[in-house]
Amino acid sequence: MSGAALTSPATPPPAEASARPSPPSSRSGRRLSASRVAAWWWSLPALVVVALVHYAAVVAGAGYAFTDFNGFRVRSFVGWANFREIFTGAAPLTALTNTFVIAISFLVLTNVIGMAFAVALNRTLKTRYVLRVLLFAPVVLSPLAVSYVWKFLFQQTGPINQVLGAVGLEGLQRTWLGDPGTVVPAIIVVMVWQHVGLTMVIYIAGLANVPVESEEAAAIDGAGPFDRFRHVTLPALRPTVVVASTLILVQGLRVFDQVQALTGGGPFGASDTLATSIYKETFVNGRFGFGAAMALVMTVLVLICAGVQMLLLREKGDD
Amino acid sequence: MFRYSKGTAGREIGMVLVTLVFVLPLLILLNVSLKTSGDSIAESGFTLADPVSGSGFAEAVGGEGQYSLLRGAINSAVITGGTVLVLIALGSITAFTLTRITSRLSRVAFGAVLLAIVLPSQLSLVPLYSGMRQLDLLGTRTGMVLLYSGMLMPLAVFLYSGFTRSLLKEYEEAAQMEGAGRFTIFSRIVFPLLGPATGTVAIFAGLIVWNDFFTSLVFLNGSDAVTLPVVVYSFVGALVSKWNVVFAAVILSMVPILTAYVFAQKQFMQGFAGGVKG
Repeated sequence: MSGAALTSPATPPPAEASARPSPPSSRSGRRLSASRVAAWWWSLPALVVVALVHYAAVVAGAGYAFTDFNGFRVRSFVGWANFREIFTGAAPLTALTNTFVIAISFLVLTNVIGMAFAVALNRTLKTRYVLRVLLFAPVVLSPLAVSYVWKFLFQQTGPINQVLGAVGLEGLQRTWLGDPGTVVPAIIVVMVWQHVGLTMVIYIAGLANVPVESEEAAAIDGAGPFDRFRHVTLPALRPTVVVASTLILVQGLRVFDQVQALTGGGPFGASDTLATSIYKETFVNGRFGFGAAMALVMTVLVLICAGVQMLLLREKGDD
Repeated sequence: MFRYSKGTAGREIGMVLVTLVFVLPLLILLNVSLKTSGDSIAESGFTLADPVSGSGFAEAVGGEGQYSLLRGAINSAVITGGTVLVLIALGSITAFTLTRITSRLSRVAFGAVLLAIVLPSQLSLVPLYSGMRQLDLLGTRTGMVLLYSGMLMPLAVFLYSGFTRSLLKEYEEAAQMEGAGRFTIFSRIVFPLLGPATGTVAIFAGLIVWNDFFTSLVFLNGSDAVTLPVVVYSFVGALVSKWNVVFAAVILSMVPILTAYVFAQKQFMQGFAGGVKG
């Protein structure tokens, strides 16, 4: 997981909201006692670091997006030229499309499979703890290491083509990472394999909040396993679905490690994503300004996703 | 109700099979790493290593300079350890301060810290790169500790704040009665009570920093401070298809994390599920 990829989409904690409407007298009373246990300046070092590394840097980065900064100096402001290139150039558009395809497929597959695993391993199975530990294991490994394992599996003479040959599906054999038609799905497979354990544990935690009594009641009323899932379990999981989806979607939008390790963006840019293009344009081609513009596009996409999640969660709270 | 029935047994067998297929890549990884170079290229990944050979591991360990796994591991350990310490020290006290002081300014500051969690690091990359270069911190372990601490501080404050908010004030008040100073109260009473959060922060931040490839590639590539993922990346790039060596290097880079995982599976899984839920 690159950078702060694991970061959870923050939801405003409810305690904060409930503290606000309290009457002024009790509030100032609490503030007095509070100031006796904590000094405001204790938070300064962390706040300064966050202000510099996140806010100042993001603002400066956004500024560079409108220049032809080459890493050493800004020669001129170029207005919207960088953005025009992103949305009209063939290579940036491929990167943009790939990023969307990867993020959406990653989102759907990881959530569906992770939820299926969670439901299957939720109760009664004797081996459920062992299986959970094994299915979660890839989550803790570095995406880079995982990608090298899969690079071997995807080889022309690799295990996947061997299995296909052994079961008489020679027609499906191909050089998965060298074929522009299969390279993006192959990358998605690697990402899903590594992350279903993550959504699985999130959903297992969510399922713990679904009372077994309501499932039993539904079962007594004659609901089959599928109906129970559809009408009892799934609605109760809704907030968990929103949180897990946003987490996975944001990770998908910024995917770098897997692509860089599996294909380096190849063949001929067919598997480039926004993050790999940003890296290439900035640090290989020295086009810092253009790289910053792509990063700004990516940031806006991520913020939109986080915003939508906040709205969905709030909607739920109003019900 | 929901007892172990025939259907459950079927589900159990099914899930065991699914899990076996699921971990097959990891078994192939181990198998191929134990082959000779020739076998690892010529043979199928399913053919068991015969003879079992340590040559892959020997060659992986023997890498020098920018290919030295040992140097990468030391750098990774120093940078990961340093970052986790800074995050625990500053994250805990900042979360405590911001959740205990209920002024409007404190709430705004807290909100700004949380919002920073979702800002992708890619946009801040270029200014941070230029800034680090001006401060001569590019390619240094100190620079990386500062950088990672800044990048992950919002996450640490967020994880700690869930705990500091639910902390009973009675303990602090009792210590106050005894005449304890503010910092003593925090360091002797509050911080020990935050133990579970400290564990979660250490696991989360430790994993992210140890496994991070993108940031260390940008800020460290070609320097003496390269971390393990960058070393593995350069190493594999130079090896072409000596899969036994590649996989030995990959396994060696995984060992510390896998060891920690084996001993603390529950904490890992709960940390992820809980940390993500908030």
